[in-house]
Amino acid sequence: MQLYTLTVHQLSELMAQKKISSVELINAYLERSSKIEHKIQAFITHTKEEALAQARIVDAKRMQGEELSPLAGIPVAINDNICTAGLKTTCASNILNSYIPPADATVVTRLKNAGSILIGKTNMDEFGMGSSTEYSAFTPTKNPYALEAVPGGSSGGSAAAVAAGEAAFALGSDTAGDIRQPAAFCGVLGLKPTYGYVPRTGLISYASSLDQIGPLARDITDLALILNAILGHDPKDSTSATVDVPDFKAGLVNDVKGLRIGLPKEYMEAGVEGKVAAKIQEAVKQLEDMGAICVEVSLPHTEYAVAAHYIISCAEASSNLARYDGVRYGLRVEAEDVLSMFMQTRSQGFGDEVKRRVLLGTHVLSSASYDEYYTQALKVRTLNKQDFDQVWTQVDCLLTPASLTTAFKIGEKAQDALAMYLSNFCTIPVNLAGLPALTLPFGLADGMPVGLQLIARHFDEQTLLRVGYSLEQNTDQTSLKPDLDRE
Amino acid sequence: MTISKQDVEHIALSARLKLTEEEIKLYTKQLDSILECVDLLEQIDTTDVRPTAHGVELFNVLREDEVEPSLPQEKALINAPETEHGFFKVPRII
Amino acid sequence: MSYQDKYEMVCGVETHVELATKTKIFCACTTEFGGEQNTHVCPVCLGLPGALPVLNREVVNLAIKAGLALNCEIAEFTKFDRKNYFYPDLSKNYQTSQYDLPICKNGRLEIEINGESKSIGITRAHMEEDAGKLVHSGESITTSDSSYVDYNRAGVPLLEIVSEPDMRTVDEVIAYLQELVQILDYAGVSDCKMEQGSVRFDVNVSLRPLGSRELGTRTEIKNLNSFAAVRRCLEYETERQAKVLNKGEKVIQETRTWDDSQGVTLSLRTKEEAHDYRYFPEADLVPLKIDPEWVERIRATLPELPAAKRERLKELGLSGYEAGVLTSSKAMADYFDRVMQNYADAKVVANWIMGDLSALLKANNRSFEDCPIKPYQLADMLKLIKKGDISGKIAKTVLEEIYTGGKDPAVIVKEKGLVQIRDQDALEKIIAEVLAQNPKSVADYQGGKEKAFGFLVGQVMKATQGKANPELVNKILKEKLQIAY
Repeated sequence: MQLYTLTVHQLSELMAQKKISSVELINAYLERSSKIEHKIQAFITHTKEEALAQARIVDAKRMQGEELSPLAGIPVAINDNICTAGLKTTCASNILNSYIPPADATVVTRLKNAGSILIGKTNMDEFGMGSSTEYSAFTPTKNPYALEAVPGGSSGGSAAAVAAGEAAFALGSDTAGDIRQPAAFCGVLGLKPTYGYVPRTGLISYASSLDQIGPLARDITDLALILNAILGHDPKDSTSATVDVPDFKAGLVNDVKGLRIGLPKEYMEAGVEGKVAAKIQEAVKQLEDMGAICVEVSLPHTEYAVAAHYIISCAEASSNLARYDGVRYGLRVEAEDVLSMFMQTRSQGFGDEVKRRVLLGTHVLSSASYDEYYTQALKVRTLNKQDFDQVWTQVDCLLTPASLTTAFKIGEKAQDALAMYLSNFCTIPVNLAGLPALTLPFGLADGMPVGLQLIARHFDEQTLLRVGYSLEQNTDQTSLKPDLDRE
Repeated sequence: MTISKQDVEHIALSARLKLTEEEIKLYTKQLDSILECVDLLEQIDTTDVRPTAHGVELFNVLREDEVEPSLPQEKALINAPETEHGFFKVPRII
Repeated sequence: MSYQDKYEMVCGVETHVELATKTKIFCACTTEFGGEQNTHVCPVCLGLPGALPVLNREVVNLAIKAGLALNCEIAEFTKFDRKNYFYPDLSKNYQTSQYDLPICKNGRLEIEINGESKSIGITRAHMEEDAGKLVHSGESITTSDSSYVDYNRAGVPLLEIVSEPDMRTVDEVIAYLQELVQILDYAGVSDCKMEQGSVRFDVNVSLRPLGSRELGTRTEIKNLNSFAAVRRCLEYETERQAKVLNKGEKVIQETRTWDDSQGVTLSLRTKEEAHDYRYFPEADLVPLKIDPEWVERIRATLPELPAAKRERLKELGLSGYEAGVLTSSKAMADYFDRVMQNYADAKVVANWIMGDLSALLKANNRSFEDCPIKPYQLADMLKLIKKGDISGKIAKTVLEEIYTGGKDPAVIVKEKGLVQIRDQDALEKIIAEVLAQNPKSVADYQGGKEKAFGFLVGQVMKATQGKANPELVNKILKEKLQIAY
């Protein structure tokens, strides 16, 4: 069995038994990258030397009998909008193409404290704005299952890296489904935690009230281990929740008997591709066979969620991206006066999609439009939340497709911003409500991965893991591997 | 509700974006269709619905008034495109 | 011909006050004044990607305190909003401020104009962050090829206090500003050092024909940093607007800047259109719920405020003028109170503080905040005068000695042998000698020259190094001269 296909907990076990060292492990992953990265282009920055240096340190600690975390010595890929001290962090944008943060994001510190080895920063849609990673200012990333297909976005590089065996797990960020949709397209697991459960300190903001960092990995146990490490309060983030973090690994349970699972009809009626719908039905049957109770429910404002989200996220983005002006860091286009410098720097530094969203956001916040668009969107957000509150009185978990289709082709939607945004139809309502949600791979359709989405109440990640674990342990649908050795 | 070329030019200035004629035309068209889509929000009756602006239901998150070390000057300026004597340098403001 | 012949001025002021916290509003950088450029900064106040704000509790405490001192209602629910605009001194190109739900509103303060009391309304007060500082390569912002930015000040907490447009004369405006700054000084919410920029004023001023009830078009002049500048600026701007209106033209609504060296206001209009700040709620911060207990805890820390203190001093027998001078700074007023604890003669204490002590401090560039003479020392000195141990004149010397050496007055008097000579016999002897040595003056005095008496007194003082008790000298000298007569 190739090391680059094993899960974190399997690798951790092997290292604990001294069957492999971390250095060997890192080298295995680096070798894998050297063979396939040119096809996938999942990474913006590789950290080969530093990774090996860190691996040697972990090995030394293990030799001395130190007690190590299950994530120690394991290679992780991190989305390039998460700050890493001393290491270029670009958001896949020209405007930050040589930006070096002075400090690690909180999640990075937590992973480093657990002994994880940073193996590289991954490609993404510029500033998190996009659903295919085609809007990266540098290069598009390819889907490991079909190189002419997109990996999804915006955390496409992270999903592709885990799927292709270039990292054992990854961190992505999710504002509109940007972890869950690429996870579905690339056949890996992706989890967006409850808003506030993972600190945003060091996450380069797109939309403050929607952004969340989350893990991508190969199985449920891995997700549990990563959540154990990265969740929890951070006094440097005012929106950070003070809710306790349970031991997710210890809490894993293979049992869904009596669990009430809702199937929101608005999702299934929204034009799900037939082959995707078929996999959803399979999953429902499997769950019922295992004793869960699956019922249809309704989230009546689902069709309005994309519009509301579009307005809110663009409004916040237009303000969060105002700081990129060439004065203190990042790209500067020289000019005679400051106004010209701002205009030219931002025009050259931002890609089309970023400009579109900044323009839209600026427009909806202008005094003439504010009430009509922005205030209305905030009210629809409340209605969206109330839909979920209502549904939680009937069920404990929701099951939907993670995406209406499997991965689309590169170039298919890139010119149609609206179509691109709409491809997040299934994932957006979750961001608006701040709920936790998981993408679980569930087999292939025409050779491309299909992902289920599970949604739970605020701070109830444990139910997501429970359903995921049960499906994982009782089917062979959730563990997929791309065939990258074909030519 | 449509958005005009002039609107886009005005917004672009507000957002400090310099657009070419081509871009103005393209974005006007694209923003117009996006706004048409989001217009459907108008259909919803939101009387007596309170807006939700924050991602989380938290209040009174405060820190104590205790000084912590700042960045050393070199670190503060390390990513700056142009500096002089410890200042960030910018061209003529007016 | 002044504007007042035809027009009435309507004026409101927005005052920006730096709150007296140790750290900035959203990060733990120090707020200390005067550090080397860009040494009091961190990822948060520099606006680095990924940095997030966390609100300083003390900022809220001081905002509530200021609001209470200004008779405001304190909001039960308040939040922050972003004010979006681009400028190099703004590290995020937005300022985190408060828009529709400010922490304080509906306050007022009383001013005295020509012996009459007038109430000036305070519309609102809200918390916000200060911007960085710009230094220009040339003479002014308009003649510089480049500018330099220092973000030390970025993120320093400000309270913006907005008055109702209730002021009708320049004197009223100045009276309002003086009383406002005094109240903030007393409440301890700011160090109020205008020379360090701790308090800055934006004035909004318009004219309307006498008798009209409608408001004219106003101009705004920003960033005035002294009462004198406000006075000069308003005097100029009212005349400027009057000239415009007299020509039958309209005053343009705009922002202007005061050029102190030229004594004029200048238009700041650029090609840009009027600012739409696109205010929206700050989602990186959460709202505040302020319960009554919190407000009462702060109210309990309010000291006696200037108006109440002035009343109390007048009840002690001081004039309105004296009360006004003594309360002009909290430090001076506190000093007075502490001296009074040990020497309870208001008039005497007031005279010494307002007179010699103030002069001494001024000559040495000090203030009552760091006065080297402790209140008990002044009180002790006054007791010595009252006892008759030293004369008022000698006391002035003693005061200087305490200032430079720090020793207690009794010690100084003893060490320098300054005790007044009141021994009748001793004085008689000395006076007799002086008379014997100055026969001409004696003759002059006895011949009717009054001035000679003074000369002889002076000679006695000289012979006793000023220590002779003046009343006794006068008495004995008169007696002896009469006898001689």
